[in-house]
Amino acid sequence: MITYKNVCKKYDDVTVVKNLNLTVHDGEFVVFVGPSGCGKTTSLKMINRLIEMDEGTIYIDDQDVNKIDGDQLRRGIGYVIQQIGLFPNLTIKENILVVPRLLKWSEEKCEARVHELLELVGMPYEENAHKYPKEMSGGQQQRIGVLRALAGEPPIILMDEPFGALDPVTRENLQDELKILQKKLHKTIIFVTHDMDEAIKMADRIAFMYDGKLLQVASPEDMLRNPADPIIKSFMSKHVSTLENQSLDLKCKDVMSTDILLITEQKKAMEIMSLMKQKEMNWAIVVDEEKTFKGTISLQNIKKQGELTGVAQDLMDTKAETILLTADAKEAFNRLMKSRAKFLVVVSENGKTVGIITKSIITEKLANVVWGDLDWVL
Amino acid sequence: MGVVDFLNRYGDHLMRAIFVHLQYVFISVGAGFIIAFIAAVLLSRVPRFSKVVIPVLGIFQTVPGLVFIGVLFIYLGMKPITVIIALSIYAIFPILKNTYTGIINVDDGLIEAARGCGMSNFQILYKIEIPNAMSSIFSGVRMSTIYTVSWAVLAAMIGLGGLGEFIYRGIETNNNVLIIGGAVPAAILAMTLGYGLDLIEKKVTPRGLKGGR
Repeated sequence: MITYKNVCKKYDDVTVVKNLNLTVHDGEFVVFVGPSGCGKTTSLKMINRLIEMDEGTIYIDDQDVNKIDGDQLRRGIGYVIQQIGLFPNLTIKENILVVPRLLKWSEEKCEARVHELLELVGMPYEENAHKYPKEMSGGQQQRIGVLRALAGEPPIILMDEPFGALDPVTRENLQDELKILQKKLHKTIIFVTHDMDEAIKMADRIAFMYDGKLLQVASPEDMLRNPADPIIKSFMSKHVSTLENQSLDLKCKDVMSTDILLITEQKKAMEIMSLMKQKEMNWAIVVDEEKTFKGTISLQNIKKQGELTGVAQDLMDTKAETILLTADAKEAFNRLMKSRAKFLVVVSENGKTVGIITKSIITEKLANVVWGDLDWVL
Repeated sequence: MGVVDFLNRYGDHLMRAIFVHLQYVFISVGAGFIIAFIAAVLLSRVPRFSKVVIPVLGIFQTVPGLVFIGVLFIYLGMKPITVIIALSIYAIFPILKNTYTGIINVDDGLIEAARGCGMSNFQILYKIEIPNAMSSIFSGVRMSTIYTVSWAVLAAMIGLGGLGEFIYRGIETNNNVLIIGGAVPAAILAMTLGYGLDLIEKKVTPRGLKGGR
């Protein structure tokens, strides 16, 4: 059992971990999650005292970690880092045996342990033990990284974004393997990630940190259902692609753009052109005094006329389709995909023209709903 | 005068000169290495301090060897120790700088992993930092060795033998054969020692550190 008791950590004047209290039970898989700089890695590294705490204490089975020699403490706790950190000057076998050798295990015991561990992840001893790290893929290297952490038979393993540097497919595989290993070996694992998907997949309980504070500790299901703080909610909606509830009940008003240019039927071509130039648009929607939809007009249409003498009424195209503001977004989507229409004009129930939906607008809005704000991509 | 004639006439003398020359090189590089290695390891513990100290040491390196041997000669007299001290001091810097850089450049991730495994500072140094700095250390030693072979020529300036004797005597008597007879063996010596060090490096470097990582 690991118990944080009023743990604080400051760097100069900045408090990066604020009064942390948390108990992790034996055999539990706890994931610290939160945006970068929230104090999750610091909280992890204070357990094996790679970072010393300023206030409070951490107990491992009622023993104060500050009262144990740092090196001895670390030999008894497995540790996996994102950069993998296999020693390039040592073979795979030597890497795995770093901790057992520090613990002065006998040669026979070491030998048996390497065999056992490589077998555990399905990497034959003969093929792999005498390789060097650079002779392996990143995924294989991190498997060895995990084995190295397990080698000294520690009851606790700390993992600092262990799969962050791997490609998505390898990451999935290693996540699955780790989950299976943990079920088999009943280790207490504390795992840090900024990836909510990973946290939900791996954790028995998620500890959500923000700005040095622990905002919520809950099982993934509970956290999804009852996020204790708006920050958690927004973090999850940004990071969780499997989030249900939303997206189902979207209406046209949720997916339309209101950035449109309305002109009346009697506007002269010259005026229309200068309005378009002002708004940097090459099309407009023609309406009557009541804002009832009449037609659309494009810059091209006007130019085709040559002489700029006509009014909107004569130049407009009346074929455009309309859709009700309250219609399902799905209907708009279907119509855009099936018909040759490039856009749909959105009208309210009392007949006023209010917006427009194009393929790219609806795609963007849907993506926003599913994956959160994508402004940085677009 | 052909090579055979030259060897008939000066062969014994040349062998003696090469032997003396080699002695200077080995002793100086050896002593320089011990000092440089210890200093580099200590400096690597305090990188902030070293960022100032190492460039200052680099400035001393630019003092011409001739001047330095001359000054030492005044204080210590015409003894081999004068030459050895001077050469050792020159041998220190390349080794010091390369060893220091090699240690400092070891990936932080490795150091963190090593600490996380429960290695003590000393264990991290000799199990992780030094082995991973080895190629840099070797190139420092190679550089120092090759430099020292050429600087050892200056020993003859204060009458202490080595291949420089041929060169100086050749210059004094305007005898090109003697100059070449000293210079060519010195060059061959430098290349051979450099090659020898490469071989040793290849032998002692684990496969995991060979070739670009």
